[in-house]
Amino acid sequence: MLNIRNLHVKLEEEDKQILKGVDLSVEAGKVHAIMGPNGSGKSTLSYVLSGKDGYEVTDGTAHLGDIDLLDIEPEERAAAGLFLAFQYPVEIPGVGNMTFLRTAVNAQRKARGEDEMSAAEFLKVVRARARELKIDADMLKRPVNVGFSGGEKKRNEILQMAMLEPKMCILDETDSGLDVDAMKLVAEGVNALRNEGRGFLVITHYQRLLDHIKPDVVHIMADGRIVKTGGPELALEVENNGYADILAEVA
Amino acid sequence: MSATAEKQNATEARIAGLNLQTDGWSASTRSDAVARLRAMGLPERRDEYWKFTRPDALTQADAPQAALFDAGEAALFEGTDTLSVVFDDGVFNADASDPLAMDHLSIERLAGAGADIHWAKGVYGVLEARGQTPVPRPLATLNTAFATDGVLIHVTGKAPKPISLVYNHSDEASDAILHHVIKLDAGAELTVLENGPAAARFNKVMEVDIADTATFHHVRAQGRDHERRAATHLFARLGTESTFKSFTLTVNGRLTRNECVIELTGDDAIAHVAGACVGDGDFHHDDTVFITHDAERCESRQVFKKVLRNGAVGVFQGKILVKAGAQKTDGYQISQSLLLDGDSEFLAKPELEIYADDVVCSHGSTSGAIDEEALFYLRSRGVPEALATDLLTLAFLAEAVEEIEDEGLRDVIVDRLEGWLERHRG
Repeated sequence: MLNIRNLHVKLEEEDKQILKGVDLSVEAGKVHAIMGPNGSGKSTLSYVLSGKDGYEVTDGTAHLGDIDLLDIEPEERAAAGLFLAFQYPVEIPGVGNMTFLRTAVNAQRKARGEDEMSAAEFLKVVRARARELKIDADMLKRPVNVGFSGGEKKRNEILQMAMLEPKMCILDETDSGLDVDAMKLVAEGVNALRNEGRGFLVITHYQRLLDHIKPDVVHIMADGRIVKTGGPELALEVENNGYADILAEVA
Repeated sequence: MSATAEKQNATEARIAGLNLQTDGWSASTRSDAVARLRAMGLPERRDEYWKFTRPDALTQADAPQAALFDAGEAALFEGTDTLSVVFDDGVFNADASDPLAMDHLSIERLAGAGADIHWAKGVYGVLEARGQTPVPRPLATLNTAFATDGVLIHVTGKAPKPISLVYNHSDEASDAILHHVIKLDAGAELTVLENGPAAARFNKVMEVDIADTATFHHVRAQGRDHERRAATHLFARLGTESTFKSFTLTVNGRLTRNECVIELTGDDAIAHVAGACVGDGDFHHDDTVFITHDAERCESRQVFKKVLRNGAVGVFQGKILVKAGAQKTDGYQISQSLLLDGDSEFLAKPELEIYADDVVCSHGSTSGAIDEEALFYLRSRGVPEALATDLLTLAFLAEAVEEIEDEGLRDVIVDRLEGWLERHRG
């Protein structure tokens, strides 16, 4: 599904190498987790994959199926089935959440040559999905993420994911700023979307999110590379011993 | 005050070709206006009040030509049930207009009103003259003196539907001067719509006298001809617990100066004036607003948003004057520009002058570009860059557009803005 080979990335504005040869493959139906200390390059990886400005790929490739992600615009990556749940969802005053969702859903459908969703059909689906995530009608009407609590913002990300039905979901520190109840709700939303055709890449600092979203594979990232890969037990090892032991081991 | 010789000459040159009406009820007001105009002279670029906008094209003897423009779309408020009054290049078009009759109001043409209309005499040129202090507005005085037509509306109750003033432009050299007078009796309600390019050069005054508890709504669209020029003045006087809400959409036009002069003379009155303008290229748009609080507990709001690209220029001069004794005044003023490239320019001069000690007045002015974070967020959800930019631009304009209370009229305006943005993508 997602294949990253030898990915090297530096900041565009300064001569600072962030990713130094990332190799990673996420298969359809699987959940991969990336853990790692601050500054290891986890968020940069998610931004580069989704096409944010400010980064320069100096080497390597990233494909979603047959599609060369690095060669196309952010909106084309989205239409191809890539979704990034932001660590810090952006507030957009003046744009209604509902308008935003419908514009996004229909823009993707149009890009894929599919029929647009009618207003009535859209409303039906979005209401059902929102209910599952305990997102009320008021949150749908309000401007995108404006005045939302941390938990509401993250639930809104998952709602977008549910509406857009991407093939490959990247969750960038979705647990940050969430209390236990909010995290459970978000995790349930994600788990409901797990299926054979969909891959997940869950980026997190802490093991606790992975108690709720059970990964198949866990990667440890440090200094711009994947330094260790293992099963769910690797996350527990980090939880118990921190990163120091693992980093010492691979150094 | 007397004008310099240079100003006097320019003023005489401008009015030499104009016809001063010497009979009828407005004759004495008109001759007084000529005298006032001669004393102050037409504006010139050295005048402080015209620092950001060159008045030359508005004051020169002959109107600069303006090519005709086929917008290729239906007239703006065509889907709304209105009483429509049509002017072609400033000349009343009886065939295209609805009969001038409606319940709870009387409507007559300025040009046709030969009889002595007492109520109109108490407003025509009166609010304009009041609005000359402390800042002179000579183009409005010129209008009072030489207006060729307009409508006189006296509202005695709740008008059943809006009056729509339609201004067509079909002569490349037309130079129109229209003057409307609207008087609302206590408790009366009226919505006035205005729409159209009007003329190659358009000088328009609207005086609105709003008695206690009366309500006046105004939604105006100035578009879409590229070469038109306009100087408009809106004078309003508000009584106790009355409401005035005015919104203007401006698309295209080489030069537009909209002055709005509001006097809150009765307690607990509300005045909102808002504008959204979008300009691409040879576009200069000036909103000049002066709101005087002269009563207690009044609320005023000024919300102006400008979207500019390819060298377009936006100007905002807005003032709130709170007189001694106008306690508990609530004044708000915001002027913002969204500059879609580095070539465009926004010039703002917000002013507060307050002589009462128990008031809340806030003002702000900003210039910014499209928010890159928001743009990326939208694109990451699959919204193409151009559409995402349009969405964010509409979001920027929303605060002004939302000042239109009527949802149907608001939708009409948003629809036009969407169309314009789609045609003017970068």
